[in-house]
Amino acid sequence: MTTLESTHAKVVKKTKNSGVLGDRIFKGTAFFFAAMVLVVLFGIMLLLLKEAWPTFAHFGFGFFYHSEWDVVNNKFGALVPIVGTLVTSLIAIIIGVPVSFGIAIFITLMAPTWMKRPVGIAIELLAAVPSIIYGMWGLFYFAPWFANSIQPMMTSTLGNAPIIGQFFQGPPIGVSIFTAGIVLAIMIIPFIASVMRDMFEVVPTALKESAYAMGSTTWEVVWKVILPYTKAGVIGGIMLGLGRALGETMAVAFVVGNSLELNTGLFYPGATIASIMANEFNEASGLHMSSLIALALILFIITFLVLSIAKWFLLRLEKAQEGSKT
Amino acid sequence: MSKYQIRKLVNYFNLIASLLVTALGLFMLAWILSVLFSKGFQYINWSVFTQMTPPPGSNGGLLNAIFGTLVITFFAVLIGTPIGIMAGTYLSEFGGNSRFSSTVRFINDVLLSAPSIVVGVFVYTLIVKPQGHFSGWAGAIAFAILVIPVVVRTTEDMLKLVPVQLREAAAALGAPRYTVTLTIVYKAALSGMITGVLLATARIMGETAPLLFTALNNQFWSSNMNQPMANMPVVIYQYALSPYDDWQNLAWAAALLITLSVLIMNIMARYTLKGSSSR
Repeated sequence: MTTLESTHAKVVKKTKNSGVLGDRIFKGTAFFFAAMVLVVLFGIMLLLLKEAWPTFAHFGFGFFYHSEWDVVNNKFGALVPIVGTLVTSLIAIIIGVPVSFGIAIFITLMAPTWMKRPVGIAIELLAAVPSIIYGMWGLFYFAPWFANSIQPMMTSTLGNAPIIGQFFQGPPIGVSIFTAGIVLAIMIIPFIASVMRDMFEVVPTALKESAYAMGSTTWEVVWKVILPYTKAGVIGGIMLGLGRALGETMAVAFVVGNSLELNTGLFYPGATIASIMANEFNEASGLHMSSLIALALILFIITFLVLSIAKWFLLRLEKAQEGSKT
Repeated sequence: MSKYQIRKLVNYFNLIASLLVTALGLFMLAWILSVLFSKGFQYINWSVFTQMTPPPGSNGGLLNAIFGTLVITFFAVLIGTPIGIMAGTYLSEFGGNSRFSSTVRFINDVLLSAPSIVVGVFVYTLIVKPQGHFSGWAGAIAFAILVIPVVVRTTEDMLKLVPVQLREAAAALGAPRYTVTLTIVYKAALSGMITGVLLATARIMGETAPLLFTALNNQFWSSNMNQPMANMPVVIYQYALSPYDDWQNLAWAAALLITLSVLIMNIMARYTLKGSSSR
């Protein structure tokens, strides 16, 4: 009896101890790896800053607004790639947001139930196609088609308009800032559409049905009930798409044309931060290399800010929904 | 026209526009896939899988590139998955809503969409530059950094779906916390966690930009992870932009292979998740 009791006590003590110790080890390991996520972020920032420092020390603030990028004479200014990055992403957003909105409306409100899932998956597969495939398709198929059929049409109509006319000029070669913007738009549509779709689906049915009962058309329900209700989430989704577009590399490197001249015409070839890095990094050294890393740092900070804003909007919505539930 | 008619007209116009843009999105997917099949399928033959990447003007295959991509992806997943699962476990099981775990969650979501090219440059400055040469390991580590945020996110989401009662029941039987997590919670969330790993694998397989600065490429067979290593995406990049027909044809074959693998992996991931939720 006593032996049994004592062994039992021993066992309990043993398991208890190992439990406490095991728990400590387990929790500690988990904590360590969670902290590693933060270390990666700060590691990226610090290491890039260190490597980019010669450039910032050499050119100062001029690096941000000078447009010459002269490898032979070691003069570097980031203006052209920064502008290229922002403009291509802006074009992608202008085209991508309405299309994503339409897709989200179709999937949540119009499609019959059996169609929702396959269409949704097909749109999401657009996000799974590797970036480099978009590049090949864009360069060998989309760009020539665009240059032959759409671009002349745009130049002869929009190109003659006052003020905005100057943007729709350029040689008919297909590779351009504008083409890059369109390809980016296709690539970010699945991300924006899927956030919008998720948002639209959680709008309370009672809210929608009240609006229908008052005689609203479907469009009025979308525009006056669903959209105001999901505003924060929709903005978050758009920002998420913007973050993706800013850092996209291979597709843009194929279709942007890689020219470091500043043009107002969107049909001229240009460059983005990511495309110039993909092109020049392996031949660079010294100040050239440092300037490319400085570009990477600028890109990282821009996307970090954009994605933080996206996250902030999405978090705010999450909190609001949790609040309304209780 | 009455106001009512105008409202109806606006409604029909916008709904038809929605229908059309959805069709446009589907058309783009169909266009890209049909281009890939019509250009790539004819060049896929036995030698693609048995021969090395050729010098321009001669026949060859993609064996070393296929091998390189598989090896780099394998090690990236091997390194990234445990880190991601442990971090996700911390966020779901221990972190709660503390300031630390909120920060990790936030940063993780930012890293999830951060440009992969920046990660490539980071690993270049961290490993390639000090070592003085490109290497397969550098590629695997760059990819591991891309794998981690995906796995962290899915692991946390999936563990949170496991009912608290299950944990409490196990704890009431005297199981220590780590046993509860390892044997009860992981088991319940297993298919969801596998989905995360599959999605992460699909994400890195076709990723090109980080490899340009890390693994680079290798014309020859190499199974040495300390040396530059051939891989599908960089081969596609170099061959597609080359002036040689043989190289371009091989690039299309490689593009078809890599896209099919990525898409199949994506669909598999969805299927795993669907199977678990219906159970």
